[in-house]
Amino acid sequence: MNASTHEPLTLSLSVNGETHDLQVPARKLLSDVLREDLGLTGTHVGCEHGVCGACTVLIDGRPARACLTFAAQMEGHEVTTIEAVGRPDALSALQQALHEEHGLQCGFCTAGIVMTFEHYLRENPTPTASEVRDVLSGNLCRCTGYQNIVAAVLKAAARMRGESV
Amino acid sequence: MKPAPFLYHRPANLADALSLLRAHGSAAKPLAGGQSLGPMLNMRLARPGHLVDLNDLIELDSVRVTDSFVEIGALTRHHRLAIASEVRRSLPLLSAAAATIGHYAIRQRGTIGGSLAHADPAAQLPLIAVTLGASLVIAGPEGTREVAASDFLQSIMTVDLRDGELITALRFPLPVGGLWAFEYFSRRHGDFALVSVALSFARDEEGKIDALRIGLGGVETVPLRLPEIEARMQGRPADETTIRDLAAAVAATIAPEDSEQVPAVYRRELAETLVVRAFQSALNREEGA
Repeated sequence: MNASTHEPLTLSLSVNGETHDLQVPARKLLSDVLREDLGLTGTHVGCEHGVCGACTVLIDGRPARACLTFAAQMEGHEVTTIEAVGRPDALSALQQALHEEHGLQCGFCTAGIVMTFEHYLRENPTPTASEVRDVLSGNLCRCTGYQNIVAAVLKAAARMRGESV
Repeated sequence: MKPAPFLYHRPANLADALSLLRAHGSAAKPLAGGQSLGPMLNMRLARPGHLVDLNDLIELDSVRVTDSFVEIGALTRHHRLAIASEVRRSLPLLSAAAATIGHYAIRQRGTIGGSLAHADPAAQLPLIAVTLGASLVIAGPEGTREVAASDFLQSIMTVDLRDGELITALRFPLPVGGLWAFEYFSRRHGDFALVSVALSFARDEEGKIDALRIGLGGVETVPLRLPEIEARMQGRPADETTIRDLAAAVAATIAPEDSEQVPAVYRRELAETLVVRAFQSALNREEGA
């Protein structure tokens, strides 16, 4: 892709397993394309400079800031958003644990936290509380004080290992 | 918080990337992990006319260990440096420092070449490159050249990289001493360190200090290595007195910048404390091994 004009680019994006053909300016952030062009508003936009973690999505299965990624970069890659995780009547283990442990209040940061740990718990199924805090440091939450989120992640990890907690 | 318009290029290989950078000169900016450039674009602190996306140059995401050096491709992500067994075995200091960069999601994208090119004075990877005497392999219109990290880093966000050039790899010489530590202090988890200390040394058959390397980040405009102090510690026993002397010598040598938020005296005392902590943690790790 070697652009010579500022006309919108024609992109084919794979998001949550579906392919979308879009016309998008090169400078448009992945977070804005997800929300405005695809209507996937579960990805929240907080700081828009990579600090708050609210816009965290998975790129090829790994967490990344959608606000530090251009949609044009995502051709040939698979993007996964919170819309692909669980359903209201069948929450993921982590979503269920966040609910039970009161790991959210306003919910603005929650999607980013779920996406971060969806990957992390696959990479490290037996995290310590300290490791959970290290990973959680990339997601700002102004409601909970984090304690309940840590408890929820540890509970989800235990359940995903088959333990009954 | 939206970037200014730019023309987006996505070269498929190094040759195409170099010809794009050459064609567009100072108007072009290479985009690697985007974890520092992204915020600068969003805040319009950077407004390049052309963005050359390097993420398809997967041949630059590589780790090669030989008898005399470890070569790490410029597009290698921090997370890989932190967890890959071949890096943890050959350059544990680099691994440990990489694991502390920013946050988990940031480390999945950020690259070693990008960190060196960005040259934040408090960043981990430039500090480790200087401490371990690494060199950068740089490709450009006139072919490939190799430059020492300590020469490459010139000042705050200022490096020896000309228009049309691209970092392709870092080379860390082997062997490195078996004892090491990385210690840092930041106000919030994941922030840039106010001061960081990288330490590498070995012990000879009598247990005395050999091949000491000590580097400090965050105290001056570029990461600092202290060869005179390293030489003074050669052959001394690894005991409390030596550790105290070393820390005092470091504190007396550095000239930290003074600011209202972080007074120079605070950074100097922090450096002294972190040197002691680093030395002790290197020795503790040896006992635990």
